[in-house]
Amino acid sequence: MATSANDQAHWSKTTRLMFAHLGVWLFFGYIIHMFVNVLNKVTIPVLGFPLGFYMAAQGSLIVFVIMLFMFAKQQDNIDREFGVAEDD
Amino acid sequence: MATQTTGADAFYKQLGRMYGMYTGGFVAFIILLAILEQLGTPNKILGYLFVFFTLAVYAVIGVATRTAQLSEYYVAGRRVPAFYNGMATGADWMSAASFVGMAGSLFLLGYDGIAWVLGWTGGFVLVSILIGPYLRKFGAYTVPDFMSFRFGGNFARFLAVIVLVCCSFTYVTAQIYGTGLIASRFLGMQFEVAVFAGLVGILLCAMLGGMRAVTWTQIAQYIVLIVAYLTPIVILSTKKYGIPIPELTYGQAIAEITAREGQMLKDGLAVLCTAASCPAGSLKPHIQPFINYSPLNYFGIIFCMMVGTASLPHILMRYFTTPSVREARQSVAWSLLFIFLLYFSAPAYAAFSKLEVYTNIIGQNVSSLKPWLFTWGELGLIQICGKNAPNIDAIIAACKAIPGHAGIVRLQDFVINTDVIVLSTPEIAGLPYVISGLVAAGGLAAALSTADGLLLAIANALSHDVYYKMIDPKAPTIRRLTVARVLLFFVAVCSAALASTKPGDILAMVGWAFSLAMAGNFPALVMGVWWKRATTAGAIAGMIAGFGLCLFYLVCSRYYPGIGVKYFGMTSLLNPITGLPITDVAKAMALPNAMESWPTLAHPLANKVGWFDLNNINCGLLGMPLGFLVIYVVSLMTPEPSKEMQAFVDEIRKPRGRTVLVEKD
Repeated sequence: MATSANDQAHWSKTTRLMFAHLGVWLFFGYIIHMFVNVLNKVTIPVLGFPLGFYMAAQGSLIVFVIMLFMFAKQQDNIDREFGVAEDD
Repeated sequence: MATQTTGADAFYKQLGRMYGMYTGGFVAFIILLAILEQLGTPNKILGYLFVFFTLAVYAVIGVATRTAQLSEYYVAGRRVPAFYNGMATGADWMSAASFVGMAGSLFLLGYDGIAWVLGWTGGFVLVSILIGPYLRKFGAYTVPDFMSFRFGGNFARFLAVIVLVCCSFTYVTAQIYGTGLIASRFLGMQFEVAVFAGLVGILLCAMLGGMRAVTWTQIAQYIVLIVAYLTPIVILSTKKYGIPIPELTYGQAIAEITAREGQMLKDGLAVLCTAASCPAGSLKPHIQPFINYSPLNYFGIIFCMMVGTASLPHILMRYFTTPSVREARQSVAWSLLFIFLLYFSAPAYAAFSKLEVYTNIIGQNVSSLKPWLFTWGELGLIQICGKNAPNIDAIIAACKAIPGHAGIVRLQDFVINTDVIVLSTPEIAGLPYVISGLVAAGGLAAALSTADGLLLAIANALSHDVYYKMIDPKAPTIRRLTVARVLLFFVAVCSAALASTKPGDILAMVGWAFSLAMAGNFPALVMGVWWKRATTAGAIAGMIAGFGLCLFYLVCSRYYPGIGVKYFGMTSLLNPITGLPITDVAKAMALPNAMESWPTLAHPLANKVGWFDLNNINCGLLGMPLGFLVIYVVSLMTPEPSKEMQAFVDEIRKPRGRTVLVEKD
């Protein structure tokens, strides 16, 4: 039983989505925090946070939350496109 | 049967109304206690009312939702809606360490402490993208179920059970310890008695109803813990800055802390920690990165906590309970939102407390300190001038004993136990005792809910995987559930007994649980879903190698440091700011106790040696890559998996259709 062409297309699109999200995760989980000293030179107006500190304490977290709601939606769209989604 | 289904549907339709009423009832209860306090009810009675009322509610929910059906017991019938499963996961996830300990670590470590916040949130991205929904489609009762099906039977299952028990047991012991700590502090019980009292609460929820009962109580516990965590700092923020959103206002507090740090250095109240000299008690600026952890260990902690999240069985199994794969994904997003509410508030606690300490304690005359300090000093949790601070006279005497001390508190004179930060905030802010009681009830809810989830994971693995799948596959339903309950009880009593001995480095063990789960589970789970070519031999070799290396590194560096130095080339870890070794290995090796095994933390080598300056909390950083590599290499050396197995992997990648594994009820 070989994998059907439809399944293969579905999986390669799923894989691309996976790498895209892992890229964002890598950026906001690690890379941006490597520049914390540079970012800390900027202070967020009114609130008073140094930017590097803010990104670690709140910014990245907010990105993760938004990302997960987006991922649920995007993956569902892919599943529907290839007719492998569950019935509503 | 028909009426039963209708009854169940009505139950799910009414969830919103029920938990809405529950939340309203809880708020009314707080108000009632606040009125009682104004009428002169003693604090101790208020504390008891809080703890026993909330415990009673959890027990009632637990008993009311008890079940004798297998699929209800193991996966709550797979009917928990995404939103509510998210809430339950939030409570499952946030432990006593998150509730009580995290703000304290942020207070102590400043920016470097944020590694824990990042690590304990970002992992959910991996859960959703790489693992969770696929395991839901597979249709397992436990994580070892998946390992066994994908990787050729009971040996893989057995390895997965070992990983699960190792990481869950250390973790649950820490939770029961936390329960005992909170109960003893707020109820004045003896610690050992409090541990077993907490145990009763845990068992009432988990034992009768399995996953189903745990789910509905965890939702109730989440509501209590989040209200309890946010209330004190919302009030504090409103009092101080006029805006009830502490997450926004603590930016000003941080700016004030930085200004105050400069002032303290100028006034000679503190000594700056620099690369040249960094004595104990010297000032480490709050926002300056990489002075408590080296960049390697900072990013290592983030990575290990994230990947560990995606490998911990008690978290993964929560996503087995949703009605569909789609809802499993949505549920991960809801989980992180509910967890985020607490984690993005924790740095606010740290900042407000630090500002209070820096302005109202440091630089003040010893004789004019505020009374809240002494309630914690009495318990030995706050020290001034090197002595516990039970009252003013004691610390005046202690400071006088220091030559040249001017009677003004300096930074190096002040030591605070990190657990105090959250618990003392209501008193610092001058709030009524009812808020302190609320915080205690919240901490208890956090510890109980996590303990429930962990105990269930262990008991399910032992009853379902070991007893039913490996020992007696013909066992009837009733006997399987009885075995599950007996084992749950047995494991709970064991961990309570261990917790009551107050093992020293219990909180470090929580970090180890993540690394162990990551090294043992993550490569096999990811490769099992994402790489069809992964073979049984590859996965088994990878699990043994990855888990083995991680376990070796931490056991060796913690419990056999002498052997690690002598035979395995371990060297001293480095101080992140000065770059110097934190211990003199050559000198320590010459001591008579150098080769001692299972030494206490005071041993000059324990936890202080390793490879590449890698803290042993991060042992997963060694084990996980090795696990991936071994799975890859060994898989390519062995024949590719059967056509059926490859078709099975195709099947779990598609949400549509029945679950792959169908358990008969």
